[in-house]
Amino acid sequence: MAAYKPVVVQACPKLGEKITQDTLYWRGYKTPVQIKEFGAINKIDFSPVPPYNYAVTASSRIHIYGRYSQEPIKTFSRFRDAAYCATYRDDGRLLVAGSEGGGICLFDVSGKAPLRQFEGHTKPVHLVGFLSDKYRIFSGGDDYSSNLWDIASATEIISYSEHTDYVRCGCASKVNADVFITGSYDHTVKLFDARTKSSVMTIEHGHPVESVLLFPSGGLLVSAGGRYVKVWDVLKGGQLLVSLKNHHKTVTCLCLNSSGQRLLSGSLDRHVKIYSTTSYKVVHSFNYATSILSLALSPEDETIVVGMTNGVLNVKHRKPEEKNENSQKKRQPAYRTYVKGRTYMPKQEDFCVSKPVKRVLRKYDKLLRSFQSSKALDAVMEPPIMLHTPEVTVAVMQELHRRGTLRSALAGRDEKQVNLLLTFVARRVIEPRFTPVLVTVADMITDIYQPVVGQSEIVDKQFLKLQQAIGKEIDYQEELLEVLGMMDTLFATFTKKKDTCLEENKNNGVTEIIETNRKY
Amino acid sequence: MVAPGSLRVVRCGGSALRGARAVFSADSKYLLYVSGDFVKVYSVNTEETLRLMGGHADLVTGIQLNPQNHMQLYSCSLDGTIKLWDFMDGIPIKTFTVGTKLLALYTLASAEDSVFVVIPKKGERDTFQLVSVELTKGVGQDLEGKELSVVLDDVGASMKHIAFGREGAYVVSVKDVNLQVYFFKRKLLNRFSLSTVKTKGGDNRFSCVVCHPKEDCIATGHADGKIRLWRNFHHKKEYTYSTLHWHHDIVMDLAFSMEGTRLLSGGVESVLVQWHNESSCQKDFLPRLGSPIEYISMSSDGILCCTLHTDNRISIINSNLRFSRSIQGLIKSRDVKTGLVVDPRTKALVLNGEPGHLQFYSLQSDQQLFSLDIVQRQYIHQAGLKQSDLVKVAFSARGTWLATVEESEEVTDPELQLKLWLYNEEIQSFELNTRINTPHDNHITDMCFRDMDELGDDSLILVTTGRDCVFKVWVMVEDTDPEAQQSVSWSCDFVGSYHNYQATNCCFSEDGSLLAVSFEETVTVWDSLTWDLKCTFCHPPGNIRNICFGRLTCSKYLIGATDYGFLCCWNLLTCALEWSAHLNVVVLQPDPLSEHIAAVSWLSKESSLFVFKPNEPRPVYIQRNLCKEKIRLAAFVPRDEPENTEKYLWLRKSQLFFLTDTQELMTLSTKSLEERLTPSSKQLAVEESLPVTPFSLLLGKHRHQQAQEDTDLGKLIVHNKQEQASPAVKELLHTPAHVLPSASFLCTIFINSLLISKENKSAEEVADEVEMESEKAEDDSDEEDVTAMEQEDTGHMELLGEMTCKLSKSQEKELRKIRKMDYSWLSAL
Repeated sequence: MAAYKPVVVQACPKLGEKITQDTLYWRGYKTPVQIKEFGAINKIDFSPVPPYNYAVTASSRIHIYGRYSQEPIKTFSRFRDAAYCATYRDDGRLLVAGSEGGGICLFDVSGKAPLRQFEGHTKPVHLVGFLSDKYRIFSGGDDYSSNLWDIASATEIISYSEHTDYVRCGCASKVNADVFITGSYDHTVKLFDARTKSSVMTIEHGHPVESVLLFPSGGLLVSAGGRYVKVWDVLKGGQLLVSLKNHHKTVTCLCLNSSGQRLLSGSLDRHVKIYSTTSYKVVHSFNYATSILSLALSPEDETIVVGMTNGVLNVKHRKPEEKNENSQKKRQPAYRTYVKGRTYMPKQEDFCVSKPVKRVLRKYDKLLRSFQSSKALDAVMEPPIMLHTPEVTVAVMQELHRRGTLRSALAGRDEKQVNLLLTFVARRVIEPRFTPVLVTVADMITDIYQPVVGQSEIVDKQFLKLQQAIGKEIDYQEELLEVLGMMDTLFATFTKKKDTCLEENKNNGVTEIIETNRKY
Repeated sequence: MVAPGSLRVVRCGGSALRGARAVFSADSKYLLYVSGDFVKVYSVNTEETLRLMGGHADLVTGIQLNPQNHMQLYSCSLDGTIKLWDFMDGIPIKTFTVGTKLLALYTLASAEDSVFVVIPKKGERDTFQLVSVELTKGVGQDLEGKELSVVLDDVGASMKHIAFGREGAYVVSVKDVNLQVYFFKRKLLNRFSLSTVKTKGGDNRFSCVVCHPKEDCIATGHADGKIRLWRNFHHKKEYTYSTLHWHHDIVMDLAFSMEGTRLLSGGVESVLVQWHNESSCQKDFLPRLGSPIEYISMSSDGILCCTLHTDNRISIINSNLRFSRSIQGLIKSRDVKTGLVVDPRTKALVLNGEPGHLQFYSLQSDQQLFSLDIVQRQYIHQAGLKQSDLVKVAFSARGTWLATVEESEEVTDPELQLKLWLYNEEIQSFELNTRINTPHDNHITDMCFRDMDELGDDSLILVTTGRDCVFKVWVMVEDTDPEAQQSVSWSCDFVGSYHNYQATNCCFSEDGSLLAVSFEETVTVWDSLTWDLKCTFCHPPGNIRNICFGRLTCSKYLIGATDYGFLCCWNLLTCALEWSAHLNVVVLQPDPLSEHIAAVSWLSKESSLFVFKPNEPRPVYIQRNLCKEKIRLAAFVPRDEPENTEKYLWLRKSQLFFLTDTQELMTLSTKSLEERLTPSSKQLAVEESLPVTPFSLLLGKHRHQQAQEDTDLGKLIVHNKQEQASPAVKELLHTPAHVLPSASFLCTIFINSLLISKENKSAEEVADEVEMESEKAEDDSDEEDVTAMEQEDTGHMELLGEMTCKLSKSQEKELRKIRKMDYSWLSAL
C-alpha cells in the first residue's frame, strides 16, 4: 500500500554564476568606502605589522591611512613633483618612495622629513623597494637603469642598465636577500643577483610589463603586461607555466592573498579577477567604477584597497564573523544525551525494532491529502510563499488542475484574495517555467470573475496589469522570432556543407537555441 | 499429451484474477482464488502459491467451499461444468456437466447435494436465471448435473447481484433498480424498486448486494456511491431502509463481518471503508490501495479480509484494517504503452504497471519483483481526469541507465518529461538522475540507447524521436566541479530532422556506428560519430511502422515494416532493397542473441508468427493461428541456459513472449503440459540450495559441537554417514514448514536419524568390526529411509484430515526398533 505522495515542486537549477566557497568568501565584504585623492593612485602598500596601516601614493603625496580611518593619519608631501611607489620595509618602520625628479626618499614612518635621499637616477623613478635584508634598496627608473643602494651610507652599490626601456615594476625575493626582479616596458622581466654584475635571468613576457610578483617560496614568478598574466617557474630557468588572458584591457597590478592560495589581478577594464593558484582558473571577480591602477590586500584578507585612475580609493572591509552563540542562552541538553545509545552496535542475537519514520508533510500537502482544494490554495497564497518560492504556489495550482478542482478552488474569493491572485499571476505569467500553468489560471480567473468586473477598482486595475504583461510578452516573443529568422538566414549562408546536410544543420543551429532556453 | 518437439502456445501469466470472489479456507490458512481457467491455492502465511488446479476449459466464474466438507471446493466455469476439488492435494474429485454457461455459483449449508448457479435463460439474450442444480451421488468422476430447478428469474449476471440470507432462509437478487427477495419456506417473492429518476445527479441502480449473517438485513450498493440497508422486507409495504454515503462513485462490493457488526465497502476510489454498527458516523478507512476494488471477501473467523483489484492484484488485510500483504502477478495496466522491455540486470519483463509505475515482472516465479514509481505523483482515482502516465521506457545495455518518458493524456499539450535513472548498487534500485521537461514539442514516438557493451557506459547515447519532426540525441555530461552533488547529467547534443516529416522510429545498429531513424515513409541512416546523413531508404506506399537492424552475421541488413503491409529488407552495403514480402506486420522483434527476427502479423482475426533471418527471405519458422486475440507486443528474453532443441534453433538462446490485447502473457514452449504444470513449490522443495533456516543452523551447531568433542577425545570416530545422507532429514529440512506433519510426529524419525549406532567405536580398536557393522548400519538406514518416506506421505494426509493418526504396520515396526535401540549415549550429553 502506497503512502501519500507529496506534490512535486519543480526545482530548477540556478542559472548563471554558481555559488562556490570562493564566491561566499569574497562576497563577505562590506559596502566599499570611497576616498578621493588628488591624482591617479599608482601604489598602495600595507604595513606588514599591526595595526596594518597602508600607504597610498597619489600625485605628489603619500597618505598613510589607518585601518578604519577615512582621513589620512599621516601625510608626506615633501615632493616637488609626483611621488611613486611608496613601499614599507618588512618591520613597518621605514618607507621609501621614488619621485618624478629621479630622487629616492627614505622616511621614518613616525617622522616627517626624509631620513635619506638617494640621487642617481636621471629620470623619474617608478620602482623602489627594500631587499629582504632590510639594509639595501633597489630602484628602477625611466632612464632604463635599475640600481641598488645602501641605506646607511646613502650610496649606490651597483647599477644595472640592461633594460632597453622604462623600468616600471619589480619586487624583491623574500628568500634570498640578494635577489630582486624588475619588469620593464621592453617586454622583459630580469632577475638580478646583487653579487653578480649582470642579470641572472631574462624572461620574455611579450608585452610591456606592468607588474611583477614573486611567490613567497620564491619559486614562481608572476608577470602582468598587456592583457596577459603569465606565471613562470624560476627554478626551471624561467619556463612558462601558464598564461592567463582573462582581462580585456591591460593588467596593471597583481597581488597575492595572505595564504598564497589566490592571486588577484587588477586591470584597466575595471575588473579585479581572483585566480586559484592551483588550477589558475578565475574563481571570483570584482567590478569597479573606473580603471584600476593599483591594488592591495591586507594581511588575513581583512581589507581590499583598490586605487583608480581618477584618484578614487576604494576600501572594502571584511564583515565580522556572525556570532550566534551569545543569543542562544538557553541551556541545551548535554552532548551525552544525544549520543546516548547511538553508538550501540546491535549484536547478532539482538532483535532490532525500528522506529517508524514520521513523515512531515507541508501544510498544503496535508490539505491536498484530505482533498481540501480551496484551503490548499489558501495555504500557498500566503505572501512569503508567493514571493520567495513561487514554484510551490504554481506546483499546487498545477496539482489542483490535474485533479480537476482548480476552478472551484479559485472561485468564491473576496476582493483581497482576488487581488492577491491577480498580482501573482500578472507578475509570474511571463516566466517561461510557469507560463503553461498560469495561463490556465488566468483564463479561469477571468472566466469566474467576469461578472463582477467593474465592481472593484483594485481588481480592475489588476486585470489591466495582467493584460499589459501578456501584451508585452507577446510583442517580445514576436521580436525574438524575427531575430531567429534573421539568424536562420545567416546560418544558411554560412553553411558550406553538402546539400543533404544543409537542412539538418540549419535546423540544428536554431533549435539548439530554443533548446538552451528550455533546459531548466 | 502433445508429442515432444512441437511448439505450443502457453499462457504464462497475467490471467485475470478477478473472475470471482476469492475464498478463504475454513482455517484461514489458505486463500483460494480464480486465475483465468485455473484455481490457485495460496498460503497466507508463507505468501507462496501452493497449488494450481487446472481442468476447466474456459474462464472459472465462481468458487465456493463445500459446506459439508471444508477441504473441498466447488468451482464453476463458462465451459458448463461444476467441479469438486480436494484443494489441498489439487485433485479433482468430481465433475458435473450442466451444459450451459455458468456465470456464478452459490452453496448453502442447508441445501445438501445441490448448488445454485446462474445460467442464461434459454431463448432470450441477456436474461439470466438462478437455478439450483441437483448434484447426483453417482460413482465415477464425470457425472451429469442436468436436474435444474429455477429459483429466480431475471437476475443479474454477476455473482455480486445475488446473495443468500441468514441460514439460507431467503435469497436476494438485484438488477437495475429492482430488488427481489424470495423466501424459501414461505415460497414468497417480494419485489421492491427504487425510482428510476435520477435525483440530484444520483444513479439509483444497484451494483451489489450482501446479507447480514445474523439478522434479517440486506445491504445494497448503488452506482452513485450510496449503501442502503434494508430491513422489514417481509412486508411488501412496511419495509424500511437507511442510507450510508461516503463513496463518490459506484460501490463495487460489500462484505459483512462474521457477526455482522462491521460492513466493508470498496469502490473506484481504491479506499476500503469499514462501517461500524451500520451507522454512518463511525467509519474507518484504509486508503490508497493502489487500484479500484472489485471484490471483497472475509475469512470465516473474521481475522482477515481480502480485496481483489481491477489490476489483477489481491491485497490481504488484517481485521484492524492494516494492510498485510499482496499477491501480485502481472499487473494489468490500462494500456501498455511502454512495450515489453527486458531488464538486462534481472532478466525481468518491464512494462507499465500501476498508473505511473513501472513493473518488473519475474517470468520464472510469476511474481512482481518490484514496482518503480516514475511519475511520483498522487494518483487520483476519478474518472475524467487527465493523468500523466508512462509511455516509453528504455534500458542501457548493462541495465545501469533507465530512460523513461511520461506524458499527460492531453492531446494538444502533453506535459512531456524525460527522466533518466541511474541504478544504485547500494539501495538496489534506480535513482532519478536527470529530469528534462518538454524534451520534444509533441509526443515522443520512440526512444533507444546505443547498446555498446565493450565501450562502457561513458559513451552512452540516447536518441528520442518525436512527432515534432525531429529526433534528438542526448549525451552524458560530466560535471567537473568537485562540489557538485552528482557528477553526471544528460543534455541534448544534436537535433536532426528530415524534410519536416514526423520521426516515428529509431534504432541503432549492433556496433553502434549507425543510427536508423524512420520519418513517415522514409528510413534515414545517420553516422553516429559525426551525425551526418548517410543514406535514405524508401518503399512506398505506407509509413514505416517498425525498423530494426540485423545482428551478428546479418548486421548489414536493415529490416522495416510498413503499415501498408510490406516487410522490406535493405542491404546497407549496396544501399539497395534485398527483398520484400507482403505481410501485415504488427510486431517486429529481433532476438538480441541470434540473427533471428520474429514478426507477428495480424490478418482477419488471427495472429501468425514468422521467424526469419534477414539474409534469406524464406522464414525459418511459421506458426499460423498463434492465438485468436491480437498480439500487441513481443519480446525475446534470454534464457539462463541454452535449451537443447534441435528442431527450433531460434529458441535456443532466448524465449519469445507475447502480450495480447487483453494483457495476457503467452510464450512458445517445447515442453509438454505436465512438465510445465509442476508447481514451483514442489520443484523448490527438492532443491538443494535452499536458504538457511534457523533449524538447519541449530543442527549445524549440534554437528559442530559433536565434531569438536570427538577431536577433544583424540579418537577417530567413524562417522556414520546416515545423518547427512539420510533423506528423512533432508526432507525434514527442506520441505516448507506449512506442509510438514506435526513436530511430535517427526521427532522420532529425526532422533532416529541422529543416533550413533552402538557399534560405531573408535577406528583403531575395532577396525574389522566397524567395516562389517557399518555395512549393516547402511542397510538399516536404507530401510529406515523408506519407512521414513512412507511416514512422510501419510503424514500429509493426516494433517489434512482431523489428525487421527493410526499407526501403520511399518510404523509400528519402526517404533519397535526404536525401543530396542541403545540410548546410553543420551546420558553422556
